[in-house]
Amino acid sequence: MHPSASVGLEPLRQPPGTVQGTGGVAVSLLGLGRDLARTRVLDDLDLHIPAGQFLALLGPSGCGKTTLLRLIAGLDGPDRGAINLDGDGRAKAYVFQDACLLPWRRVLDNVALPLELSGVPKAKRHAIARQLIATVGLGEAVDRFPDELSGGMKMRVSLARALITQPRLLLLDEPFAALDEFTRQYLDDHLQALFLEHGMTVVFVTHSIAEAVFLADRVIMLTPRTGGIVLDHWVDLPRPRDRGTRVSAAYLAHIQRLAEALTSGVVAA
Amino acid sequence: MIGSVLAAWLPPLLSFAGLTLALEIGLWLSDIPSYLMPRPSEVFIALHVHGADLTRGILRTTLAASAGLSASAILGVVAAIALSSNDWMRRAFYPYAVFFQTVPIIAIAPLLVIWFGYGLKTIIAVSFIVSVFPIVANTLSGLLSTDPALRDLFRLHQAGTLTTLVKLRIPAALPQFLTGLRIASGLAVIGAIVGEFVADDYKDGGGIGTVVMVSIKEFKIDKVFAAVLMASLLGLVFFALVNLIGRFTMRRWHIAETRE
Repeated sequence: MHPSASVGLEPLRQPPGTVQGTGGVAVSLLGLGRDLARTRVLDDLDLHIPAGQFLALLGPSGCGKTTLLRLIAGLDGPDRGAINLDGDGRAKAYVFQDACLLPWRRVLDNVALPLELSGVPKAKRHAIARQLIATVGLGEAVDRFPDELSGGMKMRVSLARALITQPRLLLLDEPFAALDEFTRQYLDDHLQALFLEHGMTVVFVTHSIAEAVFLADRVIMLTPRTGGIVLDHWVDLPRPRDRGTRVSAAYLAHIQRLAEALTSGVVAA
Repeated sequence: MIGSVLAAWLPPLLSFAGLTLALEIGLWLSDIPSYLMPRPSEVFIALHVHGADLTRGILRTTLAASAGLSASAILGVVAAIALSSNDWMRRAFYPYAVFFQTVPIIAIAPLLVIWFGYGLKTIIAVSFIVSVFPIVANTLSGLLSTDPALRDLFRLHQAGTLTTLVKLRIPAALPQFLTGLRIASGLAVIGAIVGEFVADDYKDGGGIGTVVMVSIKEFKIDKVFAAVLMASLLGLVFFALVNLIGRFTMRRWHIAETRE
């Protein structure tokens, strides 16, 4: 039952190019507000995310990051304000906090699920899923069941499932938070590669400043209560970012800037 | 392999042999007459002497309990799906499912005789009534406790109610359904025996419950014990079969769920 090392952390493969980049969609939030259990979780939030931007939402637990992400995904409706997506609002994908795989399905059928739900014939969706699974380095695990995979492998299956519809807006809710640092960095690298290839808009919720700086073009920090924007910080580090980036002075400076903002934000609240 | 089989079977076999022996010696030393409490050896002899009678009875009971359990499984799942479909349905009709649980079956069994007459039909009905509730309750809770993130995933991809039911909620409820089935398997056997007490038509000597009743009247206490032993074994076999089904269907996921 233990996943073998052979399909553990393989080096990133060049994607075969079957899943082509489709660009991103721009997202505009206007005066957005949401109340949950009579508490203002989000209030009067204005934010424009240009097409193809990698945005990280940063903030402590309970600041409304997940609520905001669910609103953008359309899984929840706002109490005030509006959300506008330019273009096809259906071309979005969501990666949950844990892998959320169907335990009774093989990796192949888990990844193919979104296509199955939109009526793509079996042979076709399996072919697409197989290729995508190979690009996330799980080619040998297509016929395994989720129970037979490690946490990092499950998360990669979840990522592949999100990408199979060629989303133009990819929403991720602390996807790698439960993983060890080594696996997390590997998946961060991987996510960046996918982003550079497909050019979709990404909204990435995290509570790790380092991860936000490494991945994002722009970091939005929310206040602990009544989520409003404390800080809108642009990260101008060149891409592709790699191991060198993680030890560069510029990278560390960004982290320091955000850490200071986080501290003062908490104090202010 | 042989070692692990031995480790699994040896302790219960040893304890059974030990208790039987202790009971045998204890009863032999005491002055309790065997028409009140027969010695194990007398029960084993009765098993042998009345073997044909007991086998016929247990087979009839097996038939009734299997039919009752199957009806419970099918109708119980249908009821759970209907109840899970919306809040109003659940509030309006779930109390009836609870009623099936709390109704004193002994009290209404004679009523069932009036409705369905003496015979297998009524015995199956009793077995069904006694065993259906755990399946409804467990399957329902399984259907209602689908991982919210997975429901969001299906919603995000515009899956309809029926698709979500078939591809997500029903398979996700499988472990709870199997738990219900496990509880129901024992109850179905008890229900069949109670049904036989009240409603057996004595065809071919009747079921094992009838054998118990008749033997009591004939004062063959050793045969009563032999019949009770057979009935317990039947319950055990039912339980083991359901466990086997569970282990087979779930071997790939929730592995801990199938350990018993």
